[in-house]
Amino acid sequence: MDVIVENISKSFNKGKVKALNDVSFAVKKGELFGIIGPDGAGKTTLFRILTTLLLADDGTASVNGSDVIEDYKAIRNKVGYMPGKFSLYQDLTVEENLTFFASIFKTTVEENYKLIEDIYVQLEPFKNRRAGKLSGGMKQKLALCCALIHRPEVLFLDEPTTGVDAVSRKEFWEMLKRLKKEGITILVSTPYMDEANLCERIALIQKGEILSIDTPVGITEQYPDQLYAIKSDNMSMLLKDLRKSVNVKSAYSFGEYHHIAFSENFGDNPLQTNLLEANNHTNFKMMPITATVEDCFIHLMTKPEVDEN
Amino acid sequence: MKTETVIKAVNLTKMFGDFTAVDNICFEVYKGEIFGFLGANGAGKTTAMRMLCGLSKPSSGEASIAGFDVYRETEKIKSNIGYMSQKFSLYEDLTIAENINFFGGIYGLSDKELREQSESLIEKLDLRKNANKLVGELPLGWKQKLAFSVAIIHKPSIVFLDEPTGGVDPITRRQFWDMIYDAAAGGITVFITTHYMDEAEYCNRVSMMVDGKIAALDSPANLKEQCSAATMDDVFYQLARKAKRS
Amino acid sequence: MEQLIIFIKKEFKHVFRDNKTLLMLFGLPIAQIILFGFALTNEIKNSKIVVCDYAQDISSIQITERISTSKNFEIKKTIFDKEQIEASFQEGDVKLVVVFPANFHKDLYHFNIAQIQVIADASDPNTAATLTSYINNIVKGYQQELNAPSIGSIKIVPEIRMLYNPELKGSTNFVPGVMALVLLLVCVLMTSVSIVKEKEKGTMEVLLVSPMNPFTVIIAKAIPYFFLSLINLTVILVMSIYLLDMPMNGSMLLLYFVSGILILCALSLGLLISNVTKTQETAMLITLMGMLLPVIMFSGFMFPLENMPAPLQIVANIVPSKWYYIIVKSIMIKGLGIMSIWKEVLILSLMTTGLLIVSLKNFNIRLQ
Repeated sequence: MDVIVENISKSFNKGKVKALNDVSFAVKKGELFGIIGPDGAGKTTLFRILTTLLLADDGTASVNGSDVIEDYKAIRNKVGYMPGKFSLYQDLTVEENLTFFASIFKTTVEENYKLIEDIYVQLEPFKNRRAGKLSGGMKQKLALCCALIHRPEVLFLDEPTTGVDAVSRKEFWEMLKRLKKEGITILVSTPYMDEANLCERIALIQKGEILSIDTPVGITEQYPDQLYAIKSDNMSMLLKDLRKSVNVKSAYSFGEYHHIAFSENFGDNPLQTNLLEANNHTNFKMMPITATVEDCFIHLMTKPEVDEN
Repeated sequence: MKTETVIKAVNLTKMFGDFTAVDNICFEVYKGEIFGFLGANGAGKTTAMRMLCGLSKPSSGEASIAGFDVYRETEKIKSNIGYMSQKFSLYEDLTIAENINFFGGIYGLSDKELREQSESLIEKLDLRKNANKLVGELPLGWKQKLAFSVAIIHKPSIVFLDEPTGGVDPITRRQFWDMIYDAAAGGITVFITTHYMDEAEYCNRVSMMVDGKIAALDSPANLKEQCSAATMDDVFYQLARKAKRS
Repeated sequence: MEQLIIFIKKEFKHVFRDNKTLLMLFGLPIAQIILFGFALTNEIKNSKIVVCDYAQDISSIQITERISTSKNFEIKKTIFDKEQIEASFQEGDVKLVVVFPANFHKDLYHFNIAQIQVIADASDPNTAATLTSYINNIVKGYQQELNAPSIGSIKIVPEIRMLYNPELKGSTNFVPGVMALVLLLVCVLMTSVSIVKEKEKGTMEVLLVSPMNPFTVIIAKAIPYFFLSLINLTVILVMSIYLLDMPMNGSMLLLYFVSGILILCALSLGLLISNVTKTQETAMLITLMGMLLPVIMFSGFMFPLENMPAPLQIVANIVPSKWYYIIVKSIMIKGLGIMSIWKEVLILSLMTTGLLIVSLKNFNIRLQ
């Protein structure tokens, strides 16, 4: 196990804000591990504790065999860190930023160039441009290069795809997959549920607590009910009607379809006769589907909490 | 289908020096529609939205918003629209009630109307316990929902939403969309930009900006058919990939 | 109109809910009025004076007594040898020496005219002029008594000599003060803002999670500003000496050496401020409010420190620029060497070392 987290808790504002509550998980060497959750879930706090920037109130953690409190200097020498907002020097050029970070890690750009080559070739035409003038996608690629330039053992990427367009996001994940082959342990945090499927294992986190840890498939297999995708011509009305129905346990909109689960095993046609003719839902379609990570997240969010929201 | 036009743009253009941020865009938005305004970063979305809100003067072309001309009647435009973005919603160091009173007052609601609206808003969002808390102390999801309610408190004909659901948890996001549906059903036209492609599906029609131009404009179903794509995500990817501005 | 009122109400709420704004709005004016009110007196009291009495006769003793009972003066000592006059001035606290010639009383009664010599430390020309006029008044008063009741013919003529600054150039007073102000303000501002900027932009996070020793960061920030400040100093010196006629009677090397200590002091202060602030805005505010006022008030170049009430004079002792001001004037105007100013240099060095240690210890190697 390359990263071990045991019972980590952290509060801010003299205990008023509980950012992390008894969080535990472990990441294998060379694994691509995703931490999935919305803003305020505790992802950034967790990363800051693992990169030794914050001290936890309770619990222990170790990265690549070094304790985050006792051996923080060792950790700072061998991890790569890409914080949430763009944290490079806006008024230095692409090349200057890279050379700077290589030197503070006591290495040169040439030494580990092979590692970042695939990414850097896209940046090379802009190497004399000031980092502040790059587009979101380019900034992200540069930040990744600077985090990799010293060939870290573990890579921490805090929301690297937030605020970046869909095309760049896809490219970024391709780059991460290629990096995996180099044996670098990668921890990525993201609020985008669809990116969960691109990780080997994921931890779902909400309000400072871990909801579930497993492979994406493992998590979706744990979804307790059979889900169905439903659509008709009037989606808004359909959702309202579905929620009113006694037979429907849960109904949420998911883009083109609604995802619903039934409360008892009625088979495929409990709705069609009751609701649909009554409210004239034309072009009705329903089919069974496997749950997505987002379905599971919603299910896990609503399970224990009844009086919140 | 409602046919009254609330937004009409004809060859709307914005230049910054030599750079053409928005390049001769033409489109119409109808009353009560949920209109998705998509595009990659740098495609010209924000610039276009600013012009439509009366915040930026176009370099050329025409546009009318809620019936008012974008060059000569910007003040009337501003009093007839609502606006909400991810970056700014409400004043963090004022309470919920104070925020409502402030924004409502700015839009000319009478004291009686303010009280009524305030009450119904707090009831609907179940904020009774928190009514006197500072907005800064609320979790993100609440802030966004509250901000949206305040944005439409004066019952504008159009509300502009700039990535309102960024970073919010999946349930709150859907609750937010329930509120959008309600607003649209009540006759308010919703003009929204978003990075979530599943949200694009909730819109009646969607437009995609690429390199300052509108590359596509149609209902999600038609767009998917035209691009032979299964999801809006694929549609976006196909169109955005051809972009030169990156 | 409605909109205006609503907006105004909102602004009041913002103000009263922000402690920083309240401090600036109310704290600052109150502090200023108290400080300026007490500091701004032109009257000089209890100024230390030395009497050199060759005559030691009844007239000289009578005049000396009048001087000693005057509220403006306090006789530090009476000497009997001209050689000691220079030494008296070098001690630093004596601003004026009155010299009675050997046959003072005799000259006064036999020839109806006698001279006394008044030597003033004119490195602060305003104080020198004021003190000299006080002596003039005392002497005139005595003269009148001798002549009373008629307007007689006995005259005492004070011969006035302005030491160190015979032309009474105003620049000698404020140039050293401006030097202190510029070096302190600029250095503190630059260091504090530069370090806080890294925190604000997020680059500090990345630097911390690297093998780089945090102290390397600090040194790397301090060195460019150190050298740039020395250049700044050179420019100020060149301009003051050649354009403003500022004298330079002492060792340039010593001046640069002492200025180096002050710059180091300022850099440490800047570091300390950056340790406790999170935004560039706050850093600038603290620097300007917390540095500008004390430096102007307590260096001694705008308002003579001797005029201030005792508690404020004690406060002035912890302001580094007070000591620097004395040192610069001693070097440039009086041409003194290290032997005369070693006390002040030591104090400044101790202050600097103390600040350096505290700020380095305080530097946060984590984000919280």
